[in-house]
Amino acid sequence: MVPASASCLLDGAQLDASLLRLAREIVAEIGSDETLALLGIRTRGLPIAERLVRHLNTLLGREVLLGSLDITLYRDDLAERSGVPIVRPTEIPFALQGRTVLLVDDVVFSGRTIRAALDAMLDHGRPRCVKLVALVDRGGRELPIQPDFTGMKLEVPANQRVTVKLHEIDGEDGVFLGA
Amino acid sequence: MPERYIFPHRHLLGIEPLAPEDILAILDQAAAFEEVCERPEIKIVPALRKRLIVNLFFENSTRTRNSFEIAEKRLSAEIINFDADASSLSKGETLIDTAKNLEAMHPDLVVMRHCAPGAHVLLARHMSASIVNAGDGAHEHPTQALLDAYTLRKRFGSFDGLRVAIVGDIRHSRVVRSNLWLLTKLGARVTLVGPPTLMPEGLTATWPSIRISHSLDEVLSEQDAVMMLRCQFERGTGAFIPGQGEYVRFYQLNAERLKRCRPDVAILHPGPINRGVEITSEVADSPNSLILDQVTNGVPVRMAVMYLLCNARG
Repeated sequence: MVPASASCLLDGAQLDASLLRLAREIVAEIGSDETLALLGIRTRGLPIAERLVRHLNTLLGREVLLGSLDITLYRDDLAERSGVPIVRPTEIPFALQGRTVLLVDDVVFSGRTIRAALDAMLDHGRPRCVKLVALVDRGGRELPIQPDFTGMKLEVPANQRVTVKLHEIDGEDGVFLGA
Repeated sequence: MPERYIFPHRHLLGIEPLAPEDILAILDQAAAFEEVCERPEIKIVPALRKRLIVNLFFENSTRTRNSFEIAEKRLSAEIINFDADASSLSKGETLIDTAKNLEAMHPDLVVMRHCAPGAHVLLARHMSASIVNAGDGAHEHPTQALLDAYTLRKRFGSFDGLRVAIVGDIRHSRVVRSNLWLLTKLGARVTLVGPPTLMPEGLTATWPSIRISHSLDEVLSEQDAVMMLRCQFERGTGAFIPGQGEYVRFYQLNAERLKRCRPDVAILHPGPINRGVEITSEVADSPNSLILDQVTNGVPVRMAVMYLLCNARG
């Protein structure tokens, strides 16, 4: 839930535009790479990856592969949090070997999710090259991990929350800043 | 399902204390672990890294114990196998002493099989670890019932109105008790089939919705699934029946009886099977048989149980 006091950083239209711009950047930089595949990190990285793939398919005129990654079992804070995160399926319907893989997530913060995602992905195979796409880079890194493609860059204090909402999950689109 | 879930039990001592939603949570999690078990290469996840699990088996078991051990290894747990024969138990140590000694080593989870019903309750009282019952006498064998349920759900999608016959030595079977709790909690229609001498009194007082029959031939044609039980000669099945020949004649699931079942009937058996006694090879190896699926499914189901229990405490 986004509190009433939260301020909107991107509305639905701006979020759409941001994703299209990201797709164009990806095409400009690595569009000619036929081995390209996207992996969306559950939960909200997956719908973002799905939308990017739709843009990429249109821009490139071919089908770009898409998979999903659940990183729950690879988190380094599994034992420190209360309750148990629900494990959802990882679906990678293609071999990772030799591919250029774009890991997709909604927000990059400490970098620990991406560290876990790299571990989870490598248990499924060994891509030739891995790049990171983040809709929002909010700063505050605790590990030496940086996105290669970023929709929006912010410097947000650690105690503030950045929330991405997506139609597929939340019923609306937007990026919000709230306590 | 919410993002985070608190499994409301510290131990899995039986199916009896579980609510239907607890059972479904375990089955849902098992589906995610099945994906891990079916990966082409690395079938191991670091979910229980640095956790210590003790396998405490006071009764012989090969399959259940191997299944637990594979599940523990796939979760990256540290494992200690504590064999009753090799331990101080043969020197007269009591179960409470064993529990206290294990407790001093701070395990996170103990998987125990013991011949005494309720031994796990005693263990849970003397240890802070989570306890998983891997079979206690003729009382419960909850992970077997959970893997049976997982296998049935994968095949039929739901339990509502599912007609399941459980056939054989009802008296000596802990698998039956766990399955009766589980199947009735989830809305299946259960029929128990067996000779009167192997059918204990009072079952319908505990599970009012179940049907009891002494004739396999009468109930077979209407079942969606038939779960055959092992004749447990080592537990004294033989003393309750006139002879194996007569048992075979009335209660064996053979090719001829299979023909009278629904064409899509699912055949289950907790194993190990006595070929030619309660089930013939033709049936055990037929396309209707899910016996080996049950074995395969045991690993992700046990992974789910241990994952949920190890993370149940806040």
